[in-house]
Amino acid sequence: MSFNNNVATKFPNLKPRGPGGEALLNAERAKTSFDIKELSKFMYTEEWLIKMNNVLQVISNEPAFDKSNRYYQSRTDKIATGLWKDKRMIELAREHMWDEQDTRLANFLYDQSTPFSLHYGMFIPTLMSQTTNEQKKLFLEPALKHKIIGCYAQTELGHGSNVQGLETTATYIPETNEFEIHSPTLTASKWWIGGLGKAANHAIVMARLITDGKDLGPHPFCVQIRSLEDHRPLHGITVGDIGPKFGFNATDNGFIMFDHYRVPHVSFLAKYSQVKPSTGEYSKPPNAKLSYGTMVYVRANIVMGVRYALAKATTIAIRYSTIRQQFVDAANPKKWDNQVIETPVLDYTMQQYRLLPIVASAYACFFTGREMLRLYDLNQEAMQQGNFNLLADLHASSSGLKSLTTTMAVESIEECRRACGGHGYSNFSGLGQFYQDYLPNVTWEGDNYILTQQTARYLLKTFRNVVAGKAEPSEYNQTITYLTQYLENPTSKCPATKPTDFLNPELILSAFGFRAAFGIAKLAEQIDRHGRTWNSMLVEISRISKAHCQFMLVRNFVVTLQNDPSLSTPQFKPIVNVLKTLAYLFALHTMEKELSEFLLSGYLSPEQSAMLKEQVISLLEQVRPQAVGLVDAFALPDYYLHSALGRYDGRVYESMTKMAEAEPLNHTLVVDGYEEYIKPFIHQNKDKTAPSKL
Amino acid sequence: MPVQFPKHLKPIEPQGTALLQQERNNATFNSNDLTQFIYGDDYLKSKNRILQILQADPILGDKSHRYYNGRDVRFKKSLAAANRLVELTRIHEWNDQEFGIAEFLFDEPSPFRLHRSMFMPTLANQGTEAQKKLYLEPAIRHEIIGCYAQTELGHGSNVRGLETTATYQPETQTFVFNSPTLTSSKWWIGGLGVAANHAIVMARLISQDKDHGPHPFVVQIRNLENHEPLEGVIVGDIGPKFGFNTVDNGFILFKDFHVPHIGFLARYSSIDKATGEYKTPPNSKLAYGTMVFVRANIVLESRVVLARAATIAIRYSAVRSQGSNTSDPKKITAPDGSMKTVETPVLDYTMQQYRLFPIIAQAYACHFTGQEMHRMYYENQAKMERGDYSYLADLHASSSGLKSLTTTLAVNAIEDCRRACGGHGFSLFSGLGQFYQDYLPKVTWEGDNYLLTQQTSRYLLKTLRSIRLGKISQKNSTFSSSYISEYLSNPQAKCPFNSVQDLNNPEALVSAFKFRAAFLIDKAVHAIDVDQISWNDMLVDIYRISRAHCQLLMVSNFVQAVFNNKKPGNLGPVLQRVAILFCLSTLDQEAADFLTSGYLAPEQAMMVKQHLIQIIKTIRPDVVALVDAFDFPDYLLNSALGENNGDVYEKMVAMTEKEPMNQFKVADGYQEFIRPLIHKGKDNWKLDKNGIARL
Repeated sequence: MSFNNNVATKFPNLKPRGPGGEALLNAERAKTSFDIKELSKFMYTEEWLIKMNNVLQVISNEPAFDKSNRYYQSRTDKIATGLWKDKRMIELAREHMWDEQDTRLANFLYDQSTPFSLHYGMFIPTLMSQTTNEQKKLFLEPALKHKIIGCYAQTELGHGSNVQGLETTATYIPETNEFEIHSPTLTASKWWIGGLGKAANHAIVMARLITDGKDLGPHPFCVQIRSLEDHRPLHGITVGDIGPKFGFNATDNGFIMFDHYRVPHVSFLAKYSQVKPSTGEYSKPPNAKLSYGTMVYVRANIVMGVRYALAKATTIAIRYSTIRQQFVDAANPKKWDNQVIETPVLDYTMQQYRLLPIVASAYACFFTGREMLRLYDLNQEAMQQGNFNLLADLHASSSGLKSLTTTMAVESIEECRRACGGHGYSNFSGLGQFYQDYLPNVTWEGDNYILTQQTARYLLKTFRNVVAGKAEPSEYNQTITYLTQYLENPTSKCPATKPTDFLNPELILSAFGFRAAFGIAKLAEQIDRHGRTWNSMLVEISRISKAHCQFMLVRNFVVTLQNDPSLSTPQFKPIVNVLKTLAYLFALHTMEKELSEFLLSGYLSPEQSAMLKEQVISLLEQVRPQAVGLVDAFALPDYYLHSALGRYDGRVYESMTKMAEAEPLNHTLVVDGYEEYIKPFIHQNKDKTAPSKL
Repeated sequence: MPVQFPKHLKPIEPQGTALLQQERNNATFNSNDLTQFIYGDDYLKSKNRILQILQADPILGDKSHRYYNGRDVRFKKSLAAANRLVELTRIHEWNDQEFGIAEFLFDEPSPFRLHRSMFMPTLANQGTEAQKKLYLEPAIRHEIIGCYAQTELGHGSNVRGLETTATYQPETQTFVFNSPTLTSSKWWIGGLGVAANHAIVMARLISQDKDHGPHPFVVQIRNLENHEPLEGVIVGDIGPKFGFNTVDNGFILFKDFHVPHIGFLARYSSIDKATGEYKTPPNSKLAYGTMVFVRANIVLESRVVLARAATIAIRYSAVRSQGSNTSDPKKITAPDGSMKTVETPVLDYTMQQYRLFPIIAQAYACHFTGQEMHRMYYENQAKMERGDYSYLADLHASSSGLKSLTTTLAVNAIEDCRRACGGHGFSLFSGLGQFYQDYLPKVTWEGDNYLLTQQTSRYLLKTLRSIRLGKISQKNSTFSSSYISEYLSNPQAKCPFNSVQDLNNPEALVSAFKFRAAFLIDKAVHAIDVDQISWNDMLVDIYRISRAHCQLLMVSNFVQAVFNNKKPGNLGPVLQRVAILFCLSTLDQEAADFLTSGYLAPEQAMMVKQHLIQIIKTIRPDVVALVDAFDFPDYLLNSALGENNGDVYEKMVAMTEKEPMNQFKVADGYQEFIRPLIHKGKDNWKLDKNGIARL
């Protein structure tokens, strides 16, 4: 080469065509009718926002928390970077005396699961809840100090949601007072275990307990798997990483197989069930309904997590849609400094229709998550007094809500990515890897399809109770209320006669309640009267769970806005007004999406559905000027978004070009591979062509 | 030391191979017959010949690196593959169709992709004879490598908004290229980042101080001698993407960059060399004909995408077992001859069937519609040569909407199939993750899927208005105008379905789709013409109209193709069941439209839902054969879950052994980031009898 190839490509010092993104976003913010900061405080509390900013200050200056390489790294680099972050996090927590919430905030802002994530997410919690005091001392204490690193090994290569199908065995050997852990087949290999591939030296292993020749089904064991000295896998164990995934590649999801591997008696986590040393006698756990309460808590937090996911996706898509311009809307041309400019895509109804309901659903998840946490507390109190009345409804709804909202989240992230047009496809959008990393949420903590069966089973049972007159209406059980109403008048009709009639909380709740009840009643009829099998009704089963949970989402949103005393002060009026519009949009757009069910039940007429559609479009127009304010209120910092399109300051194009300069292919003028793969073609007939130009 | 799985272990019984074999034995037809019917003998012969060549090739034969590497490694291998494909094309004298097959089977977007698909065709269509000699001939020999630079950082679908300028200077007889702003940087240009040395650049032609809007130019951008970017251009790669990372999508900016007069592609418009006078192009409708052809191919490609995703998900679902269906437990014969209950393959669960079988039906629907589009294309070309343009508008409008509908179906299907594979669908070894990522741009390019529907609907609204004005006669009637007329003659018509039997009547199903599409068109015309609602406020309805029209076309083409002619072997009945499944699942999915139109009553919609499940059950025994019929070789699928013989778990394990991190026992990063933490607890370690430190 006759020139210096190691010249990095730099963009010229040009500005984007005006008006710049900053000016456009500021104009949007000026249109907002409410105090954005007040809304943020309402959602998060001021204390939380201050905490977040403090943590943000710390980590945004930490090299181990730098995100600028995130979109360029290969998998091996990602894992090494993740380990660096994990170690630095432990040091930072000490240096700044962070409490648990601070650490959670740091992880939230860093926004990438890493090799130690399951140590905190599953290993430690399991050790806390399933161990004896002796085991706590032995395992939990060093785990809390990171003297051991653990993971949670349940699923196997051939076995996922059905825990009873697991194959790994743990056979009690009375002679040595040990358990022998063994993988009898290839499908018994533990698989998908986060943190196991490379990082962990201990694992909670779910294995079939066999003692006295009896198979007692899966139980948890705490097992050392790697050498504490040099991290080498121990003898009798085959362990490694399961390879590249669609997302989550900064985590070392692993596999492990055991070949007659012996662990001491103390490994069996014995808080709830025991194996007697030397005899191997097994004693059964007392039935613990308390753990269902915990699941409600976990799921309430998942719903809150969905809110963040929706908030992040819409923050990016909404901000970019006010900056990205395309064509001139002839009927209503956009003017800037008295010049017609291309129309920002957010002014197109189609774009509004794609995005604004997602903004609304983020708020819906916020209100439902909050309500779930409130009910969780109520229920815990009640259970301690021996009252289990709330539990079934709460647990059933939480299963279905986990399923519904995480499904909404993945679909919405991808919809937001696509709504960003071509640039949505660039990783710089911040939406691609986000989608990929978020996806496992629909499978873990209960597969989204299987969960709906739990919800539906409860709904059917409640229906039968209501029919038999065995159910007591209660303010904590809306299911009974709407089923009772339906049974009192199963042919009632929607009273709307004009589009604005739909802007009525009672009408909306009746409609959603009726539609859910109708589906449940039909399903009960099929199963109880026509003898249809559960399997043949799985489609309807998932539909009634969805219908019920949409009712809950709508209700929590609408009712809270009516009743929450913290919102009743005059200074909240502008906020409440916007949120009400948003709640209507959420409810009516959901109704429109599920229109066929409302029509099928006979509740809504074809003419009313046309009114409904009209009202949705009109709500989009009302929400449009508030869109940027509503996403700003989520208060997600640029560090968290890590997106060229979604930055707070709107410098979209400057940021796209800056990120492109960091692409490794742009660090030389001529690509590696040119000599072997391009030059031979170009030079083949060199004599016939002029030296450098055709 | 690499990690290895114990070689003596097998998966739990029953084995995947046996399960798939059982499925194949249960089919009601011979999948080879269907393969022949779909592709024809010539294609299959070419495909198998080319497959042999690719599989045996040292560079193209091995896809095993694809899922593990970062962009740097993958890109360099992709460049090597691009080079090798050109060599093989020469060695075997492949024609375009054969090259297309090779590209399809190799299945990785290449840096030379746009050279073939856009650079050369543009030169062929828009170049003068002199330009073809100068540029096209060396391009065919790959002595120059080109790309097609249209979109800009700030400008996508709206070509009229492009900013790059090409100003003609009569003094130098050159065009001077400039990028006035940052947003004018060309962006997303495949092959431009690092591979191409020429580009077709769409730039605003400015001559005699007049802006004539975007026009195409051939521009040399890198030195032929050493590939160095030329003075006056800044060029590079736009960075990592959601998919397509084996292609160097690039950007380019120009600063006072001179291009000779001949660089302006002058077949349709020209600039006088001496004066700079601009001559306008004659309006040519012929180009629309070509678009129909391109889109017919996109529909046929959608078919392949749907079928490929379904192949993986269906085969894996026949092997993957979960829980036990208590009402109908799966049993196998144990070695001792006794019957043993095993977990139920997920393919036996109604939910899984409901998620997957309609995708198979969509693949077949795309097959028949793609074929019909090809037939119509040739018929229309023949007509246009006789000066008869009566087909063109209808064909063009339908093809826009069909591109939008079928590619949207296809991307959704890949992701649905991936999710239906449960946890393992998330592994790249499923073969569905990168597939989704690489296929996605299809919904944006060749016409954004939302924008395209506006073209279709605009035409349909216009047709309805023409009918009302009495401007459509027997002579110029089309498929669209006749179903709209039919509706207008009886807008209160009701669906005649009385029993489940009626739901097997293809004509009645087609009628329902006709009514629903025409109803939506009529409502939109009323809203715009009478209620004065703006086009912008109608965009959601506009999208639905195009969708409804194109679903009707697919339903109608499918029904026509399988109910009216005798099919070879015993293919008739199964294809008819698949057609009914397509109609019913589409109807069910869009039930709201049908109900809103008043045509379908709630009870009838309920009947559709119930019958849909029944039809799904009748398809159940044939599903593996229906995907087998698409005849995708394992080389193409590159999937542990979807390969032909069902050794799912053995393949997962073999691919896992290749993970780079499994080549060492201890991870990179252990020394710095894990060891210091663990060794802090050293004081509490106890050595066990084997000398292992434990807590």
